[in-house]
Amino acid sequence: MDFLRPAGWEEALAAKAEHPTAVPIAGGTDVMVEINFGHRRPEYLLDLTRIPELHEWETGEDGVRLGASVPYTKIMENLRAELPGLALASHTVASPQIRNRGGVGGNLGTASPAGDAHPALLAAGAEVEAESVRGSRLIPIDAFYTGVKRNALQPDELIRAVHVRKADGPQQFSKVGTRNAMVIAVCAFGLALHPDTRTVRTGIGSAAPTPIRARAAEEFLNAALEEGGSWDSGKAVTPSVAQRFAELCSAACAPIDDVRGTADYRRHAVGVMARRTLTWTWESYRDTSKGAS
Amino acid sequence: MRVNLTVNGRPQQADDVWEGESLLYVLRERLGLPGSKNACEQGECGSCTVLLDGVPVCSCLVAAGQAEGREVVTVEGLADHAGRRAGGTGARTGEGAGLAPIQQAFIDAGAVQCGFCTPGLLVAADEMLERNPDPTDEDIREALSGNLCRCTGYEKIMDAVRLAAARQSEGGRA
Amino acid sequence: MTSPELSTAFEQGGTPTGIPAKTTQDSRTRGGIGESTLRPDGTLKVTGEFAYSSDMWHEDMLWGQTLRSTVAHAEILSIDVSEALATPGVHAVMTYDDLPTGVRHYGLEIRDTPVLAHGKVRHHGEPVALVAADHPEIARRAAARIRVEYKELPIVTDEASATAPDAVLVHENRTDHYCAHVPHPNVLHRQPVIRGNAEQAARKADFVVRGEYRFGMQDQAFLGPESGLAVPEEDGGVHLHIATQWLHSDLRQMAPVLGLPPEKVRMTLAGVGGAFGGREDLSMQIHACLLALRTGRPVKIVYNRFESFFGHVHRHPAKLSYEHGATRDGRLTHVRARIVLDGGAYASASPAVVGNAASLGVGPYEVDHVDVEALALYTNNPPCGAMRGFGAVQACFAYEAQMDRLADAVGMDRVEFRRLNAMSQGSVMPTGQRVDSPAPVAELLRRVKEMPMPPERQWESSEGVDLRQLPGGLSNTTHGEGVVRGVGYAVGIKNVGFSEGFDDYSTAKVRMEVVAREPVVTVHTAMAEVGQGGVTVQAQIARTELGVTRVAIHPADTRVGSAGSTSASRQTYVTGGAVKHACELVRERVLEIGRRRFGSRHPGWATAGLLLEGGKVVTDGGEVLADLVDVVRDEVVEVEEEWRHRPTEPFDPRTGQGNGHVQYSFAAHRAVVEVDTELGLVKVIELACAQDVGRALNPLSVTGQIQGGTTQGLGIAVMEEIVVDPRTAKVRNPSFTDYLIPTILDTPTIPVDVLELADDHAPYGLRGVGEAPTLSSTPAVLAAIRDATGLELNRTPVRPEHLTGTA
Repeated sequence: MDFLRPAGWEEALAAKAEHPTAVPIAGGTDVMVEINFGHRRPEYLLDLTRIPELHEWETGEDGVRLGASVPYTKIMENLRAELPGLALASHTVASPQIRNRGGVGGNLGTASPAGDAHPALLAAGAEVEAESVRGSRLIPIDAFYTGVKRNALQPDELIRAVHVRKADGPQQFSKVGTRNAMVIAVCAFGLALHPDTRTVRTGIGSAAPTPIRARAAEEFLNAALEEGGSWDSGKAVTPSVAQRFAELCSAACAPIDDVRGTADYRRHAVGVMARRTLTWTWESYRDTSKGAS
Repeated sequence: MRVNLTVNGRPQQADDVWEGESLLYVLRERLGLPGSKNACEQGECGSCTVLLDGVPVCSCLVAAGQAEGREVVTVEGLADHAGRRAGGTGARTGEGAGLAPIQQAFIDAGAVQCGFCTPGLLVAADEMLERNPDPTDEDIREALSGNLCRCTGYEKIMDAVRLAAARQSEGGRA
Repeated sequence: MTSPELSTAFEQGGTPTGIPAKTTQDSRTRGGIGESTLRPDGTLKVTGEFAYSSDMWHEDMLWGQTLRSTVAHAEILSIDVSEALATPGVHAVMTYDDLPTGVRHYGLEIRDTPVLAHGKVRHHGEPVALVAADHPEIARRAAARIRVEYKELPIVTDEASATAPDAVLVHENRTDHYCAHVPHPNVLHRQPVIRGNAEQAARKADFVVRGEYRFGMQDQAFLGPESGLAVPEEDGGVHLHIATQWLHSDLRQMAPVLGLPPEKVRMTLAGVGGAFGGREDLSMQIHACLLALRTGRPVKIVYNRFESFFGHVHRHPAKLSYEHGATRDGRLTHVRARIVLDGGAYASASPAVVGNAASLGVGPYEVDHVDVEALALYTNNPPCGAMRGFGAVQACFAYEAQMDRLADAVGMDRVEFRRLNAMSQGSVMPTGQRVDSPAPVAELLRRVKEMPMPPERQWESSEGVDLRQLPGGLSNTTHGEGVVRGVGYAVGIKNVGFSEGFDDYSTAKVRMEVVAREPVVTVHTAMAEVGQGGVTVQAQIARTELGVTRVAIHPADTRVGSAGSTSASRQTYVTGGAVKHACELVRERVLEIGRRRFGSRHPGWATAGLLLEGGKVVTDGGEVLADLVDVVRDEVVEVEEEWRHRPTEPFDPRTGQGNGHVQYSFAAHRAVVEVDTELGLVKVIELACAQDVGRALNPLSVTGQIQGGTTQGLGIAVMEEIVVDPRTAKVRNPSFTDYLIPTILDTPTIPVDVLELADDHAPYGLRGVGEAPTLSSTPAVLAAIRDATGLELNRTPVRPEHLTGTA
């Protein structure tokens, strides 16, 4: 095994180009577990912890360019206003020690359906900035997850940052685990209201081979809100709309039975979380729009 | 490979390090600092918690090479670390000389049974008290939620952290 | 580096600062019994200097690695180690064929466990081969290069498959002393307990409830992994530094396999990172010694967490069927029960677990008509054995669920129904044994019931909701929606000490001498300090009995006689008893010396009841006769003695009658939970416990034991389970990612009410503490969840899918 220790981003891209099998390691929270248990013995480890820009974020007019290695703790503490869904999701990641070390780049690189950041990124609307010596590109989050623990990165590409739209409305994130802390998601749900476009977006984790959006549910809710003039009136979402939205979110799932939970439970829980997060976000939207008027 | 790092204020060098080794392994097996514990090696128990450049992390998930040039504080250096923070050179005087307040509180409150989780808990708790000198019970629980203990049922750990916080604030007023 | 020689020697702990020390009449010497003296190893443990077994290091040491079976049941057609042996840095590879003697099996009671698999593996994760190498990674890689060819065999995984007429036998040609009375060779042991006539009594019952219950496989999940260092010695022997619960039991099993006389196998206790029953059996002990003797180099083996799940036995999963009856006025008429424990592939402690389940299976209640049958199976599942609570835990979960249901049927308050039927001193157990010390079952229930209730909706404040106090915690699943509170009660009974006629003794060597003008006592036992605080209590006993302040606890090793196991809540009782006894003999010798030196100078020396207090010899009237320093001078007064508790009897194999247990202990719990009934997530708000401890030798440690035991019971109630695939008998969750134990955010406040009603048969009147709280905690939590949800919930752990109809 070789340990590659690039001091800068260009050097890292060159190393990845030269050794496409090199495994990038930043927080180490996935890679080191596999090495410690002998499940993985990569030929090259590519250490990304010495590249300052990966640990930085820039807040622009419309969005945040979040360095791939910005630890979850920093997201929780510093980006609660801009990225409320991701901040909530960050707070559910493993333990304080892990949140101090891990970042969104790792979640995306591993692309496990159970990664906590995914539902929030899907709901907020994000793009993954991937780069190689060949150049840089933005991959829409909807196109990023290509299979179980597979993503759209090319072998020579590294994740530089994630571009996430700044919240223009309330966002929520819920995750079910069988423990009250330090737990991998049995399933998770993210919801973002986008009053600017009068749309909602969802994200579901651990209930399908990849993180997914519940598109039919989004479309149903978009239509229901539009139809009722709810974005303007701020009137409450009716229980039947909430229920139907929940059912459609459940129906979007394609879960499996595994040691963490049953498929039936996952579908059920996603529905409950969808209904609750809709209530919370919509109530919050009504409160803010009342306050504004 | 060779790894240079600063541990508990002292420059250290480890040679012939296998690239897949963790910082935990280097500390325990190469630098003679077995205080950080190897309970799960998957970041699910917190017993290997150290400060890496001042931040609590699971040393089992830090690749040895990632620690190159970094500053590490382990339980073995916690008393000095806390002492420096308090502005003194060592720590308390008297019976608990050479111990950080959180260490003494763990002993006094009966928070130590088998003690395997203790080093990681001490590093995590000390860092929390540095950030949050007057924590609520729920703050303590959240800060220590990455540290498993199988013996105590956590009650006496709660007692110990409350005791250390109280002593710290008394010390601050005095 | 940590030298094994420096392992765990330590001196007194001192008293806590800021916490008032309790003084009692017979502890006039500071730091005696009844005080919350501090752990003597506390400073070493908070500074990181305490040397656990995995911290051992030796120059020139090699790393050992175990290759384990990847299938549950198979013939081994071939093992090819050539590639592993050829790996640079590898010093030895060993299989069954390399074992040095004809003794190639071990076991606590039945020697049925192969040191390395021979011809066959019987469970997933069984050791097949060993490697010693320069670096753990080299050892791991080499082990992965060993080629084992398996031919898979059919598996048996439960009672139906194991006892089918054509069932494959887990062990052919059994010769153990249980095989004659079992109904099938895959039944390891069966113990009925029959009292009165349950069938007749059932006809008189006005209410009868029947239930089927399932109890999951729990792991001890001690944090310090199995580990140790074996150092070959010049005389051809070996010195093992090891984390274990019982040095001498290990030694007895190891020496014949190593082909060494026992005196050439030296054992020193290294620091133990928890045990809870999981270190009662051997793990890497023999393997490390074999590799050390083969290579002539010190060998260290440290399991990682994955391997640890295969490296020790677990708590038996169980299927329990119960029938309880009561009269209209709420008196129990009878109990019929059948308890089927899955022992897995090897015997371990299963026979004794069966004895406990059978004899304690009715709980702490007076019932005249009982028909209980408990048995353990041999299956291809992971071997099960000792874990805190030992057979009594599974039964308590079921009989307490039954008691709630029966109370409801009768129409009585659940606690009052229990109190009405509670046993007390003088009650007769289903085994015919009369309980001859306090059994304050009704009082314990009254106490937990009367504790103040935690306030409602603690998670709500003017600032909003505190997620950390809600079900789901930081995962943000509810802001109060669906949350319902429930309250449940339970009480349990556990035996203390080894039972059924076992010669249960301990040995203590106590020495008094003068060092630097001060009397110093050294206590040397082989007791395994696993965290329970036995070393603290030993020093307290020595101070109380010998009136000295300075007490050193010698590291535990096999240079002193056996202390028995650190299990069955027995060490304070039995090794504490041995230390007390040895101290009494030292005191007699010291007084003899005193009489010889000073007897003629003061008439007080001729009186009876002389005491040693505060470093002096005093009369029972308090008059000081001499300083110990002047009495002992340059003599060394040393005594090594064995001490036994009252003997017990085996249970009759057909009726289960017999005075099988030496002492019983009791605890009661009240659980308050909040359940997110829509998502099936549980937050335990409070787990109050009342327990009778006879006499609290160290109140701080006593509460620590109760809170720790309570939390392990909480774990099995809501999250802990080793999941074994029924189709393959393979473990599906051998990691701390998927085997979850409670975090500090899952654990509630645990108020403890300690009752001290002396057992006159026990040293100082004490009662073993460690296990009883693990029993009643689980059923109390389950009862509270039932209360919140209205669901039946007949299995534990209860998972979200069980609460939401999505299992």
